[in-house]
Amino acid sequence: MDGPIIQINSLVKRYGKNTAVDHLDLEIGKGEIFGLLGPNGAGKTTIILTMLGLSEPTSGTVTVKGHNSTSEPIKVKKFTGYLPDDVGFSGNSTGLENLVYTAMLNGIPRQEATDSAEELLDLVGLHEAGHKKTKTYSKGMTQRLGLADVLIKEPEIMVLDEPTIGIDPKGINEFLDLIRNLSKEKDITVLLSSHLLHQVQKICDRVGILVKGKLLAEGNVGDLAKELFGDKETSITAEVSPITDNLVQALSRQEAITEIRQNGEVINMKGSREIAPVISQTIVQNNAKLYRLSYKEYGLDEIYQHYFEGGTSDV
Amino acid sequence: MSDIVRPFWVMVEKEIADHVRSWRFIILVALILLTTTGSIYTVLAVIQQHPAQLSAHSHFLYLKLFTKSTNNLPPFITLIGFLGPLVGIALGFDAVNSERDNGTLSRIISQPIPRDYFINSKFIGGLTVIVSLVFALGFLVLGLGIIYIGLPPAFSEFVRVLVFLIFTCVYIAFWLNLGITFSILFRQSSTSALSALAIWLFFTVFYSMLVRFIISAFYYRRIVAQPVSQMLSRVSPNYLFHELTTILLNPSIRSLGGLSFRQMSGAIPSTLPLGQSMLLVWPDITALIAATLICFGISYVLFMRQEIRAN
Repeated sequence: MDGPIIQINSLVKRYGKNTAVDHLDLEIGKGEIFGLLGPNGAGKTTIILTMLGLSEPTSGTVTVKGHNSTSEPIKVKKFTGYLPDDVGFSGNSTGLENLVYTAMLNGIPRQEATDSAEELLDLVGLHEAGHKKTKTYSKGMTQRLGLADVLIKEPEIMVLDEPTIGIDPKGINEFLDLIRNLSKEKDITVLLSSHLLHQVQKICDRVGILVKGKLLAEGNVGDLAKELFGDKETSITAEVSPITDNLVQALSRQEAITEIRQNGEVINMKGSREIAPVISQTIVQNNAKLYRLSYKEYGLDEIYQHYFEGGTSDV
Repeated sequence: MSDIVRPFWVMVEKEIADHVRSWRFIILVALILLTTTGSIYTVLAVIQQHPAQLSAHSHFLYLKLFTKSTNNLPPFITLIGFLGPLVGIALGFDAVNSERDNGTLSRIISQPIPRDYFINSKFIGGLTVIVSLVFALGFLVLGLGIIYIGLPPAFSEFVRVLVFLIFTCVYIAFWLNLGITFSILFRQSSTSALSALAIWLFFTVFYSMLVRFIISAFYYRRIVAQPVSQMLSRVSPNYLFHELTTILLNPSIRSLGGLSFRQMSGAIPSTLPLGQSMLLVWPDITALIAATLICFGISYVLFMRQEIRAN
């Protein structure tokens, strides 16, 4: 499909004097996994609720597949599955009954709904538990049932609000892999919000960083790092033995290295990323043994910190 | 298309199933069944053994099943007037806030249904349960009566009982709506339950005392005080229900207020037809229906305006 499937145009949402979302523009393409990152209270849930027509924007529009979320919420909700951050099920019914109920709200006949609910329970690994009451479920099981609940309406878009909250680390990986595979298999667009960086980094095609209702940056993780730190120096660490004065001097003669400091068994240097081969060559030429040469990779952690520590200060 | 159930009725069905399976509903029904059976049984025993004790001329015997009592057990209408609101409150007080707490509200609302389906299904589901309960109870009483007395009820009696049952439903629906309104206003179901119960207690126990106090403080002449006291009392839905049912089930009552000797002169001491009885309580009927609808209207508006997010 051409054109973005989700389009947000200068969205503003105020709660009293408090601005939750501030002139936000965002486009998400079909089949993409987009991660909405931000600390608690950044406005992630507000954006999602507005997208589903569950909350009215103060100004601006959200268009999903050509339908305005505020004026045509039912059309939008037909092909959008939403997993709320505090998802729950009616505890006295079984997982299967809960899924069938959701399916029937989407106009799927009971028999058909039961069949696809069984299939989905297998898919999310709740085959056994599907016939137990949901009040006996653990948080991880509830989240997986929530994913099945989103999938049963055969959505084109999945909106997952903090999907990994309350799941143990091993479960998180399985859960995220499941989401990624589903998205790629069925060409489902995924919008997922999180305040946990590493997970999002792993499965997202693109991320947006949201602070105080403003989208500070967007792009894929690599691009973001380059954009932020590309022209800055990287810190390079070399573990060398033995460290001789000659070696240090030889290294400091290299113009690419701007700073050099010996620290016990290691030498810390600063410079651009491209100097790594030069360093290793110099070390070998000085008859020293190189055990480790590493430079600091800028990931989401650094990106995150960069933005959050600086608050809303300009980049 | 034929086997697709409309989402709204799916929701209503779910509501009803949840109510009927819940312990609190089962306990309340058991309580009502116990007390009303006791009350009806004692009346029936009297009818069987000493019919003269109840009434010299046994017109409208079946209506007496609902209104008369012996052996300290209150009559059916009093019991229903007392326990009915409890059923309504029990069905409504956590309608919205418990779904919010469980995280089911945002999930259901994000399905392709209009937002008001949620609140409407709460009301219709609760109402269906109430109507089934009240009519089942009423017909059980009639059936018991037929078994014991051996005579079928007269048609006019039957119609009066039907009308009485319908307004019992309206009355309980008022408390259901009050409960639903509180469940939207208060985030905690215990708060909303206590508030609804406080209002119920106020109207059943304290309101009549308050009215008496006000009247005795401001009016010396009984002739002036009577209409004022009646007006004040009619603010209470309990009083409305009491007045309404008493008139409907006692065809011999001719007026709500006092009648002067002049008005009484020449009157034939007979019973009123149903139409005339209803005319007598027409203001009560309108007020009760209006209170129920207003309460629902408030809950509807509150719900539609409320933010979905939990915090």
